[in-house]
Amino acid sequence: MSDATLPRHDAAAAPAPAAKPQSARSVVGESPIIQAALITVSLAFLLLFLLLPLITVFVEAGARGWSGYREAITEPDAVSAIRLTLLVAAIAVPFNVVVGVAAAWAIAKFEFRGKNLLISLIDLPFSVSPVISGLVYVLLFGAQGYLGPFLRANGIEIIFALPGLVLATIFVTFPFVARELIPHMQAIGSTDEEAALTLGASPWRVFFSITLPNVKWSLFYGVLLCNARAMGEFGAVAVVSGKIRGLTNTMPLHVEILYNEYMSAAAFAVASLLAGLALVTLALKALLEWRYGDAIAASRRH
Amino acid sequence: MAGRAAAPSAWRRPSVLPGLGLSLGITLTALSLVVLIPLAALFIKAASAGPAEIWAIATSPRTLAALRLSFLGALFAACINAAFGLILAWVLVRYDFPGRRLIDAAVDLPFALPTAVAGIALAAIYAPNGWVGALLAPLDIKVAYTPLGVMVALIFIGLPFVVRMVQPVLEEAQGDIEEAAALLGASRLRTIFQVILPPVLPALLTGFVLAFARAVGEYGSVIFIAGNIPMLSEIAPLLIVIKLEQFDYAGAAVIATLMLLLSFALILLVNLIQARARRRLGDV
Amino acid sequence: MTVAVTIESIDKRFLAFQALRNVSLDIQPGELVALLGPSGSGKTTLLRLIAGLEQADAGRVLFGDTDTRDLSLRDRRIGFVFQHYALFKTMTVADNIAFGLRSRPRAERPDSAEIKRRVQALLELVQLPGLERRYPSQLSGGQRQRVALARALAIEPQVLLLDEPFGALDARIRKDLRAWLRDLHSRTGHTTVFVTHDQEEALELADRVAILHEGKLEQVGTPDDVYDHPATPFVCEFLGEANRLPVRIVGSQAFLDDRPVLGGLSQNQSGAAALYVRPHHLKFVDDGPLSIPGVVEELRRTGPLRRAEIAVSGLTKRLALDLTSQVAPAIGERVRVKITHATAFATA
Repeated sequence: MSDATLPRHDAAAAPAPAAKPQSARSVVGESPIIQAALITVSLAFLLLFLLLPLITVFVEAGARGWSGYREAITEPDAVSAIRLTLLVAAIAVPFNVVVGVAAAWAIAKFEFRGKNLLISLIDLPFSVSPVISGLVYVLLFGAQGYLGPFLRANGIEIIFALPGLVLATIFVTFPFVARELIPHMQAIGSTDEEAALTLGASPWRVFFSITLPNVKWSLFYGVLLCNARAMGEFGAVAVVSGKIRGLTNTMPLHVEILYNEYMSAAAFAVASLLAGLALVTLALKALLEWRYGDAIAASRRH
Repeated sequence: MAGRAAAPSAWRRPSVLPGLGLSLGITLTALSLVVLIPLAALFIKAASAGPAEIWAIATSPRTLAALRLSFLGALFAACINAAFGLILAWVLVRYDFPGRRLIDAAVDLPFALPTAVAGIALAAIYAPNGWVGALLAPLDIKVAYTPLGVMVALIFIGLPFVVRMVQPVLEEAQGDIEEAAALLGASRLRTIFQVILPPVLPALLTGFVLAFARAVGEYGSVIFIAGNIPMLSEIAPLLIVIKLEQFDYAGAAVIATLMLLLSFALILLVNLIQARARRRLGDV
Repeated sequence: MTVAVTIESIDKRFLAFQALRNVSLDIQPGELVALLGPSGSGKTTLLRLIAGLEQADAGRVLFGDTDTRDLSLRDRRIGFVFQHYALFKTMTVADNIAFGLRSRPRAERPDSAEIKRRVQALLELVQLPGLERRYPSQLSGGQRQRVALARALAIEPQVLLLDEPFGALDARIRKDLRAWLRDLHSRTGHTTVFVTHDQEEALELADRVAILHEGKLEQVGTPDDVYDHPATPFVCEFLGEANRLPVRIVGSQAFLDDRPVLGGLSQNQSGAAALYVRPHHLKFVDDGPLSIPGVVEELRRTGPLRRAEIAVSGLTKRLALDLTSQVAPAIGERVRVKITHATAFATA
């Protein structure tokens, strides 16, 4: 390493906000006027497209005052929508954690033929429209679907019922956990596990006491994103839900129904809960990135 | 354990680590049941319609208009996002100003905010009586309930992709090479456009494609602001939902298949371009 | 123009870190100067100051008679080779080398045929003909280094600056390139400054070596000067191994305990001192004045030489001695050694 460049190079890696790289900038860089202009353009763009919608949610939610707000989120349909959303996430997220960890283990720790294809297939749901993610299950399990007659004969309900909501949610959130874990596990390598094995540890012990602690922050990060999407998913569940109030209505669907019935304040009140969830997710995400930035840096390349 | 039992065979490199069989088994089972078999059902359903009907559905004016809006709208939104995303990433990486970290964190909002919430919020802002809509109304610009509204929603949901792809590459691209260019006598503009930005191009392209792919299929944030007027502001995913509500499963499947094939073809094309660039430039 | 680069009492501070303290240095035209020092000594900062990539807090840098603060980066005409080369990876080798020429204002820019010709000539000079259409990622480390050098030479620099030119290369290529760079310098005659932390590299390559320590310039001189007549204990220890003997100087003689071990010292150093003796400045003698008795405790092979370690009463550390002859004492043998050359520093 060259000397005397401490403030310059360390700044990129160090979390300290004060030490932004400066010295190089004083010689090669834009004039303050151009900097100010670019910052203004960026801020204006963000204000228009990001901040304004967020503010709107909370302002509109409060349009009918506190009592109206409380009423909107405590009426029975809203409560059952909240309960259903939590239930769906409580099934879909753990499922994706198990599968995601298994996929990351196989992909990061082993070399085998077809690995790249497998990675592409795991990523596939990202490039499928949420509506199509719901549609495929209707085609398979719906009344006129391939398995519809069989299911009806056996009294199993999937579409317009909880299983359909869960399946559609699992589909859209399928890649999240694996995607955060794979790059991190690959970066860490396998020497820790190999060392533990030579010391006589059992495979499960190696996994739970070596591998999992090593990647816990990127796992948490993946779960966070997976959960946010699972609770907020709209298109896929809209297709499979049938939108039966009090039964198959999740929070985002409840928002839609209220909005379409011109109950704007109530719609925004329920929406504000989801927006709050988004803000908590973002805050935790930012916190994780600041504190454990190095550990999950590899996985940040979405 | 399962991995150790299996004899080293040609399809994989031997490893002392256990669990390949188990983990791969879980992965492939879940992948097949949740993703692959349902998608196969879609393609089979679409194919079962027969060539004549497929052609009829695909070329009906309403389908074409919806596909055109979804793809051109997504393309337009991805272009806007590429331009502003690059500026935003540049500002976040290179300049220091109060609130920089907060803004950096806020960029991910479209990832975290449920699409339906974004949808009703955008509709409220850009409606003729909304905060921005009211400002634009005297200028005779209508955003909500027009194709322009569709674009606004697509810009919103695609915003983080370009920023997040470009940011780490821009971080790497500062320092040495721009000093080298300055010492060789290059002007600042020449340094930016010939030295700093070219290595960023592959990441920019990737971000562009991700934003585009997301925008093509987007549903929740669009339908509230779009107005959903057939032939004018009706997007392809909505048309699928409408067909489904009319129990026209074949029609829905055909349109869905068309959308997927078009998206995959574009993504494949871009991946090929990327692979070529990577071979030439080393690890980009 | 008698002096190519004049550095006048430079101070430079980064936040809480004082990188350079009152550094002054003159560099003659055509000279090859090494800035040598450990990490954190300020050598790279000094190089970047000469280039204009950093601004001094106090003091100035002159090119000839021109204060460089009046010059833009372009007008300084600096050829700078970065430690990790900073090649433009999206450009071919030829485009990298031509970049500086193409960046000139239109009036001064050579036409494309001339640029092509010069790129060819430079590739010949750095012995890489035929590689003009390769990309940096397709080159070896040594080849990248030479492309970076060709790119720096293309702008016909007034001064060539190299930051750890061999730092990123493996040992064998390093040696080859060192000889080649020395040869290139004698052919082209550019005023050249390079930064290194490797004292062997500095001594072998440079006309003069400037040694930095904690931001201060400790000594400037020819390799022989600084090696044989170090100005400070730091320079002495940094440039190579040395035995350190605590002595008293009385008159022109140095005494270890009560034995005289070295004579012929200048008269004005009387008092407690540390005597620094390089391992090859000790030799075995049969007997005689100023010889030190001791016992051989260890014998090792170090490349072409043999290293003997000798325990001497009154010294906590064994004396290290390099043997050139094949005749070697045995371990445990009682011997006498004599100092042939040494430097004394007062330890008051």
